[in-house]
Amino acid sequence: MSGKLKGKGGLEGYLEAFKRFQNGAGGPSWLRDVRQAAIQRSAELGFPTVRDEHWKFTNLAPLAKKTFRAASGGGKITLDDVAPFVFRGQESARLVFVNGRYVEELSDPCAQPGGVIACSLAQSLGTHKELVEQHLAKHLDYERDFFAVLNTAFMADGGFVYVPARALVQRPIHLVFGTTKTSSPVVTHPRNLIMVGEAAEAAIVEEYVSLGGDEYFTNAVSELVVDEGAVLEHYRVERESERAYNIGTVRVQQGRGSNVTCHGVFLGGALVRNNMHPVLAGEGAECVLNGVFMPRGRQHIDNFMWVEHASPHCGSRQYYNGILDDKASGVFSGRIIVHKDAQKTDAKQTNRNLLLSDEAQMDSKPQLEIYADDVKCTHGATIGQLDDEAIFYLRSRGIAAETARTLLLFGFAAENLERMREEPIRRYVEDLVTGRLPRGEILKKLS
Amino acid sequence: MLEIKNLHVSVEGRKILKGFSLKVDAGEVHSIMGPNGSGKSTLASVLAGRDGYEVTQGQVLYRGRDLLEMEAEERACEGVFMAFQYPVEIPGVGSIQFLTAALNAIRKHRGEEELDAFEALKLFKDKVKQLHMSDEMLHRSVNEGFSGGEKKKNEIFQMAVLEPSLAILDETDSGLDIDALRIVADGVNALRSPERAMLVITHYQRLLNYIVPDYVHVLVDGRIVRSGGKELALHLEEHGYSWAGERDPAAPAGASA
Ligand SMILES: Nc1ncnc2c1ncn2[C@@H]1O[C@H](COP(=O)(O)OP(=O)(O)OP(=O)(O)O)[C@@H](O)[C@H]1O
Ligand SMILES: [Mg+2]
Repeated sequence: MSGKLKGKGGLEGYLEAFKRFQNGAGGPSWLRDVRQAAIQRSAELGFPTVRDEHWKFTNLAPLAKKTFRAASGGGKITLDDVAPFVFRGQESARLVFVNGRYVEELSDPCAQPGGVIACSLAQSLGTHKELVEQHLAKHLDYERDFFAVLNTAFMADGGFVYVPARALVQRPIHLVFGTTKTSSPVVTHPRNLIMVGEAAEAAIVEEYVSLGGDEYFTNAVSELVVDEGAVLEHYRVERESERAYNIGTVRVQQGRGSNVTCHGVFLGGALVRNNMHPVLAGEGAECVLNGVFMPRGRQHIDNFMWVEHASPHCGSRQYYNGILDDKASGVFSGRIIVHKDAQKTDAKQTNRNLLLSDEAQMDSKPQLEIYADDVKCTHGATIGQLDDEAIFYLRSRGIAAETARTLLLFGFAAENLERMREEPIRRYVEDLVTGRLPRGEILKKLS
Repeated sequence: MLEIKNLHVSVEGRKILKGFSLKVDAGEVHSIMGPNGSGKSTLASVLAGRDGYEVTQGQVLYRGRDLLEMEAEERACEGVFMAFQYPVEIPGVGSIQFLTAALNAIRKHRGEEELDAFEALKLFKDKVKQLHMSDEMLHRSVNEGFSGGEKKKNEIFQMAVLEPSLAILDETDSGLDIDALRIVADGVNALRSPERAMLVITHYQRLLNYIVPDYVHVLVDGRIVRSGGKELALHLEEHGYSWAGERDPAAPAGASA
């Protein structure tokens, strides 16, 4: 799109951009209908404000006011630019999206045994029409989630993963979304559709990065449909530019006895919203939301958990740890909703936060909505500083005070990192986290 | 090696140590016994450099230097080691990572070559074996979920790795079963040498059967009220601390107030 097309800011800008997008985007008629319905719903919902109870702690005004041009691919990115995005010691499939579009030359979907498919959503519309039509946009929350609906209106590309029943994904699938330097701020709406069949197993990583981009907006949605008895290890690594906006929604639909772990690592972005919305729809399903967020400077990271227990005997765990420095702010809202029939629910939530500066701020809010009578729900939140006793213990062994603090900060994040079962991915993430700690380089020598 | 002169220490405005004096030479093992709350841990903490203690009077010289002027980590690098009465659990920090950092900080301070991860691990495994401990604890976070006895053993293991010149053991025997007590005592005895000194804080003379001290001191209400040889511990066991405080005319200056 030309930079000269000066769009209007706010909702109106999106509505206008939609007309051009819908004309140019093509696609099957059912998809055009879905998009059309979504833009209408977006217009009805409008940008949330702090008066909206789900957005109390995050002021979207700067994002709402800003004009973002719709990005549609482009950007001169080479293999060298994406070379850092590899998991050492593990062959993995890599799908690279630049400014919202799949770039074949930068990607290596690598063949996987057992009929596993990893390709771009745009491709899948041609090659796997039925699967896409059956699942795309089927589970979103049209009632309340403005950004997921907006993404639906503009969805064009993203990761498409299909793991047939009983298949085992041997190489983790790594989806990399990068935004390049552009003449004016752009918005992308990455859309991922991930289906894991009955008793299948998969590990999938979504990573959001800047490839030179500075101020831009990523509005991502992932739909994870996990069938009976399937096991999914899902990772989301957010390391956008520190002036970027990232709003990501992960909607997980879980079948009977399925087991899903969603790891999250949030490092970048000026304003980040992490929407996690698992629905434990089948009996005996288990879900773990495990995340660490580390805002600094003036970054703001808002974690919004919405865990629905819709069937009996399901278990959910939320473990979110935050490390906040400078004038950064963070939010953790953890809502657990236990539907009427979801007896024997076992839900637990912990949110622990470290404030490294007096000016850092954290709002933590558990919310339990329980309509069944035989359930076990617990929650706990802490906001504090590093433990003086622990610092002294390390210093009393000869470790300098600064190093002691770095070790303890790492230890704090390590609680989350240790839950990541895929070792090469864990090491990759560990490096990113270590890199963000003050004097983190000293940790490299110790393991 | 260590000379404590008329030390007065307050915590949150409360006087805890009230004129504590002690001289420890290299090669010596001193035991400090005393009732709960008499100030034993306060003494150990002040020597190790814990914050929150106000020294209102007195002096501590370590190898001729003013110990109280030094940061906690510098003291450790200079060879002071305290085995904690209550070792701290540090979730997420691996024992190997922690001990490698400590060992290399001390080695660097001494002008020795730092060990790489591989060499350090080998050293840790050797020490574990020498001490007849299990190397399982190496692969856990520091003290996390350890039993009381495991924590105490871990303190001794750290001491064995760091090879301090002055070791202060704060009730390292409390809560140990007989086997663990032997392991701890053997670890301490293995480190005894003419260049090292030890301060062994304990309630029970039991430990002193294994770690035989050169001197025993009785601390009551912030002061040494009686000093003697190892037989003093036996006597204490029989007669209790009040005896020690009341009837010793030869107690150090300031003891009979
Ligand atoms: N941080 C503190 N704040 C307030 N009082 C303290 C603090 N630390 C120690 N004290 C007090 O100082 C006194 C001496 O405590 P200390 O721990 O040195 O005794 P101790 O001889 O080691 O006792 P124990 O045999 O029970 O270990 C006690 O009365 C204790 O309550
Ligand atoms: Mg004590």
